[in-house]
Amino acid sequence: MTTDAATPQGASAPVTPKNKEPYQQAYYPPVPTGFTRLMRGNLIWQFWRFIVINLKMFKLMLSSHH
Amino acid sequence: MARILILGAGISGHTTARWLSKWLGDKQQGGQQQTEQHEIVVVSPNEQWNWIPSNIWVGVGEMTEKQVSFPLAPIYKKMGVTFKQAKAVSIHPEGGEQSESPYVTFEYTDAAHAGQTDSISYDYLVNATGPKLNFGATPGLGPDDGYTTSVCTPGHALHANEELQANIAAMQRGETRTFVIGTGHGMCTCQGAAFVYIYNIEHLFRDKGVRDKARIIWISNEYELGDFGMGGVHIKRGGYITNGKVFAESLMVERGMEWIVRAAVKRIEPGKIHYELLDGSEQELAFDFAMLIPPFAGQPLKAYGKDGSDISSEVFAPNGFMKVDADYSPKPYEDWSKADWPKTYQTPKYKNVFAIGIAFAPPHLISKPMQSPNGTPINPAPPRTGMPSATIGKAVAANICDLIKGAAEPTHTASMAEMGAACVASTGMHIFKGSAATMTVYPVVPDYETYPEYGRDMNLTFGEIGLAGHWLKYILHHVFIYQAKLRPGWSLLPH
Repeated sequence: MTTDAATPQGASAPVTPKNKEPYQQAYYPPVPTGFTRLMRGNLIWQFWRFIVINLKMFKLMLSSHH
Repeated sequence: MARILILGAGISGHTTARWLSKWLGDKQQGGQQQTEQHEIVVVSPNEQWNWIPSNIWVGVGEMTEKQVSFPLAPIYKKMGVTFKQAKAVSIHPEGGEQSESPYVTFEYTDAAHAGQTDSISYDYLVNATGPKLNFGATPGLGPDDGYTTSVCTPGHALHANEELQANIAAMQRGETRTFVIGTGHGMCTCQGAAFVYIYNIEHLFRDKGVRDKARIIWISNEYELGDFGMGGVHIKRGGYITNGKVFAESLMVERGMEWIVRAAVKRIEPGKIHYELLDGSEQELAFDFAMLIPPFAGQPLKAYGKDGSDISSEVFAPNGFMKVDADYSPKPYEDWSKADWPKTYQTPKYKNVFAIGIAFAPPHLISKPMQSPNGTPINPAPPRTGMPSATIGKAVAANICDLIKGAAEPTHTASMAEMGAACVASTGMHIFKGSAATMTVYPVVPDYETYPEYGRDMNLTFGEIGLAGHWLKYILHHVFIYQAKLRPGWSLLPH
């Protein structure tokens, strides 16, 4: 579905999509687990990811110059 | 002595100017704004250089205009580059009435000379004029003559923040509000800027304790979320190779946002967006606050031949962008290839003229062209901002140096089918409480000859969410501004 967010004219009340409600836009995409969310803010893990991302971006930049 | 004239001082033009200054000799001669052997001239209508990606933070009140921009004149003085605050009006690549040599006419925009016109000849011309923000393409779009906001300039971002804060105040009084973020036309590019902005306002609302009062809706001309004008990407995630659409939709759902895709915004009235979907249906969406990116067009430059005849249609594509060494012959989507994309950004007829950054005309879209039954094109245009602009700017500077030194042809290439790009959607300013979605793609234009399965290098095309990207974005903001100011060691830094 591409137009679930299209609302009746004039509607402006906030809606919180419910992941448990089937056949709605928010029903299908993956949602992070508590562990995934924890790791996104874990300083040790994120410091390691910072190094990895920097190395990948450095490689990407080197690959972009000819 | 050669004179290199650069039109525009955005990311690409400024990159070209600083590398030319470094490579062609940056010794100032008794305060004269001139290099030792060659003269570099920058003509730009803006007094300030602006690190555009950080305008997002101005648009949510996290940064000031001063933190994302700085005056160009002192920097160019330090570089030994002549700076004229003016907008280019016409290009005369064969010479003309005013000079036998190729020249450009321009109109000053600084307060002291505003409205005065002049011309300057050149040996090499770099068109880095960037986009015209074409708000006029959609009635009611934009902060000046319309009802929506923008973050494309620091001024626009400041205005967006004013509107945003007024809505936050209303929500703090208990009112509910609808926020619509995305693209304001069926053929927009730069979805990434809107993507970053929507996550920032959501973060801000949570920070202010009003998230439950806000309905946040994404609207864009993408066929699916995560297209970004690049036809989407595939990434390795959770033991699968999955599409960026899943990644983008997950971000939306996690934050309680809704989305509308395959939409061409057609008209905006106060509080109401009229849009057409790819299925041809006409829809309406009520809003209290909208930040919609405008479509881009080329700057209104004209080109004239030696006899004064208008040769604009030879030099520029119909959308106003300058034709370069791309293959512009019309061909079906199935026949598109990386070879269609320009490599040197040299114009085919005038070997001393280059167009870089957003100013060059792409040969075609990257995303698959789509059209509604009513004939409305609804597809993103190719992105050329940020990292590609800087990479192209540096390659063209290297080529001009080599041509000046006697090379017969350009020696460096910067095809978008051989370069990567990165987008970091970072929210908040707190070092431990922010977050970011980091995405990279290599190459920007899919290369199915080298990477037959997905068109991209799966090791360099990735996406992840976490504090690491947030740190990276914050550091990059300072690195790029440091570099643009030509502080010590600037040439050693990434761009």
